[in-house]
Amino acid sequence: MKFLRKRIDKIKPHFEEGGRFYFLHSVFDGFETFLYVPDHVTKKGAHIRDAIDMKRTMIIVVAALAPAILFGIYNTGLQHFIATGQEQDFWPMIVYGLMKVIPLIAVSYIVGLGIEFAFAQIRKHEINEGFLVSGMLIPLIVPADTPLWMLALATAFAVIIGKEVFGGTGMNILNPALTARAFLFFAYPSWMSGDKVWVSGMMNGEGIIDGYSGATLLAQSAAGAGEFVNGLGEKIGHMEMFIGTIPGSVGETSVLAILIGAIILLVSGIGSWRIMLSTLVGGVLMGLLLNAFAVNPAMEVPWFEHLMIGGFAFGLVFMATDPVTAAQTNRGKYIYGFLIGFLAILIRVLNPAYPEGMMLAILLMNVFAPLIDHMVVQQNIKKRLKRSVSSVKS
Amino acid sequence: MSKTIRIRKGLDINLKGEAEKVMLDENLPNLYALKPIDFTGLVPKLQLKEGENVKKGEIVFFDKYRPQIGFASPVSGNISKVVRGDKRKMLEIIISKTESIDCVKHNISDYDLNREEDIKKLILVAGLWPFIKQRPYGIIANPEDSPRDIFISMFDSAPLSPDVEFVLNDKKEQVNFALSVLRKLTKGDLYLGFRKDSNLVSLINNSADYKINYFYGPHPSGLPGVQINKIAPINKGDIIWTINPCDLAIIGDFLLTGIYNPERIIALAGSEIKKPAYFKTIAGADISGALKDNLKSNNVRVISGNVLTGSNISHSQYLGFYDSLVTVIPEGNEHEMFGWAMPGLNKLSMSQTFLSSLLPKKKFVANTNLHGGHRAYVVTGQYEKVCPIDIYPQLLIKAILAEDIDKMEQMGIYEIIEEDLALCEFACTSKTDVQDIIRKGLDIMIKEMS
Repeated sequence: MKFLRKRIDKIKPHFEEGGRFYFLHSVFDGFETFLYVPDHVTKKGAHIRDAIDMKRTMIIVVAALAPAILFGIYNTGLQHFIATGQEQDFWPMIVYGLMKVIPLIAVSYIVGLGIEFAFAQIRKHEINEGFLVSGMLIPLIVPADTPLWMLALATAFAVIIGKEVFGGTGMNILNPALTARAFLFFAYPSWMSGDKVWVSGMMNGEGIIDGYSGATLLAQSAAGAGEFVNGLGEKIGHMEMFIGTIPGSVGETSVLAILIGAIILLVSGIGSWRIMLSTLVGGVLMGLLLNAFAVNPAMEVPWFEHLMIGGFAFGLVFMATDPVTAAQTNRGKYIYGFLIGFLAILIRVLNPAYPEGMMLAILLMNVFAPLIDHMVVQQNIKKRLKRSVSSVKS
Repeated sequence: MSKTIRIRKGLDINLKGEAEKVMLDENLPNLYALKPIDFTGLVPKLQLKEGENVKKGEIVFFDKYRPQIGFASPVSGNISKVVRGDKRKMLEIIISKTESIDCVKHNISDYDLNREEDIKKLILVAGLWPFIKQRPYGIIANPEDSPRDIFISMFDSAPLSPDVEFVLNDKKEQVNFALSVLRKLTKGDLYLGFRKDSNLVSLINNSADYKINYFYGPHPSGLPGVQINKIAPINKGDIIWTINPCDLAIIGDFLLTGIYNPERIIALAGSEIKKPAYFKTIAGADISGALKDNLKSNNVRVISGNVLTGSNISHSQYLGFYDSLVTVIPEGNEHEMFGWAMPGLNKLSMSQTFLSSLLPKKKFVANTNLHGGHRAYVVTGQYEKVCPIDIYPQLLIKAILAEDIDKMEQMGIYEIIEEDLALCEFACTSKTDVQDIIRKGLDIMIKEMS
């Protein structure tokens, strides 16, 4: 390994100011710091620093996403073979799923990281690791059949308009992955909603059996169906909803896989338990309220089923907890999370045109997060002012 | 009524190499330094020139803008060198000790130690005033002020810090006399903060004269900033004076004898010290002799003070004016392959992202590596975990970066100095230089308020 280090040190001068490849210095730096934690030492302030850095933080989130990715690959194959009426073993499903999901991940990373590298170069700063997570989130919240050019366009939109125009990772107002999803949702609605997009192969009708319906449970609930059925008209049990063998976006269907991710995020302390808890509470409360005043089948969907269908669980664990776009104060996080859960179920049930309320609720609260923080901080400021006024009087 | 306060937020960093409570025999070195850079914001002006002889206790330089504040020589000898840095900034005044002890003796009986004015005059003229610091801003106190209160934290909670009880053990008379005199400098109260269950409180004679409180919990429970915030927070316009507990012995000794004798017991600690222990020396002493043959390797950083707030003295090894601790840790100037991806049983981290979080009692060898690159803020809530003062550190820092004076004031900049947020800097995922930013904010406020 000494050899590798020596090689890097040898070519490094070419990438420094005045070197032949200076125009690639951010890229070089990105790869070098990927291979080696730099030898930089503390120059001012505290002499020792915590071993955690952005790479470690982001890699933990990617690890937490792994179960959802793996299950998504399996489920993409499974749903396809159910819809085409083929009896298949485990491995062909995985192979089919890989052929669908890997290109999505690859396109998202190549486009997103390419833009990140370019901006880092122009702005002369180090490459930020934030996109390692965003780039993995984007493929997981779109249907497996999303055309790759569409995904590329959405990713570019999310990174440039959603993030870089505000100054890059850490400065953005909206969650980049959801920005990509919202872009697709509003620009290409026929690919992002309806009964055909959620099961791979249905859009181009490759051998779908007669009478098969690819409607998601959310669409069924919005359409006022009494009970949830799968594409063949059989009833779907709670276990299937929990395990996630139902149609939907690549990574959002399995509550089990998402739960494993949530545990990783909570144990490592990377994901905010405050946001997760309050989002859950908000969702449950809205579900109960709707159940109590139910006047139509959509409102009658039991509150606990709301937690298992659609993107609620995925959004709760991986999207609402994005620290950049969430509220920053601890008290603000409770309010922020609660409102996400509350609004997500509300939008989902009362506005059938937008069954995916989670995406809209999170984006809405992203916009309001600074306001929530402002209110929380104002309390702190008022407390301080009051104290100083009373001390002047006495 | 004394209170017992639990500090919940904070972090005790477990480092290897705590000083054993034994006294080493060290000969006093020949060289000593007075370092103007030890005093925040000071513009020094020399009273004596390079090459001149100086008595012990004689003023060597003074504050250009407050000329009554002088800085006394710790030993008698000769000013051998004035070390300057960029723009001729005065960094160190090196004094080489001579054999004969020639000292300035003040006649204490000329001063009425019951009168505030006389006490101030005596401390100023003897060059001991710099021991008194003020809040807000963390600078040397202004002798013309009359502080609301005086706060002295009687313990140090920082990593590897010296045990104040051990250091002040045989200084009972000096400490009590210093406290009784300093008590008269404020019309408010003199607050003493002890660690809960500490025996040190028995050292205090007239405890009814002071307000005594007890604290427990992780660092920064021993910082005066935290104790002030929990007991009587600083409001706009308030001035609080603070003094280090170990300095009380020096002040008391002077008030009893009339001679400035800045003798200190310092702890020599850190993972790279062969035999971590205490030894007696003098403020500003050259400690290279004590380190010689006592280091485990050569690639080390020598810190005067603790690992969070101390100053790097690797190249010029003179003890800082206020410091009772020298910490030696390894330099981290090497590349680590895939360091960010390793399980990390040996990684010191507040987060639970490394396996080491399963070993809460483990003592670590921490080096000076930054462990990553500077980033914009991404993670939130980290600072709050280690800041017991009721401010929003991250938002305050953003206000400072925006140079928004009103916001800084509203967010509570008067209540903190660098050391109060040093743990935030340690914990930061984005590797933000928190203390440096806080200092900039304080400097802006000083300029704005004057």
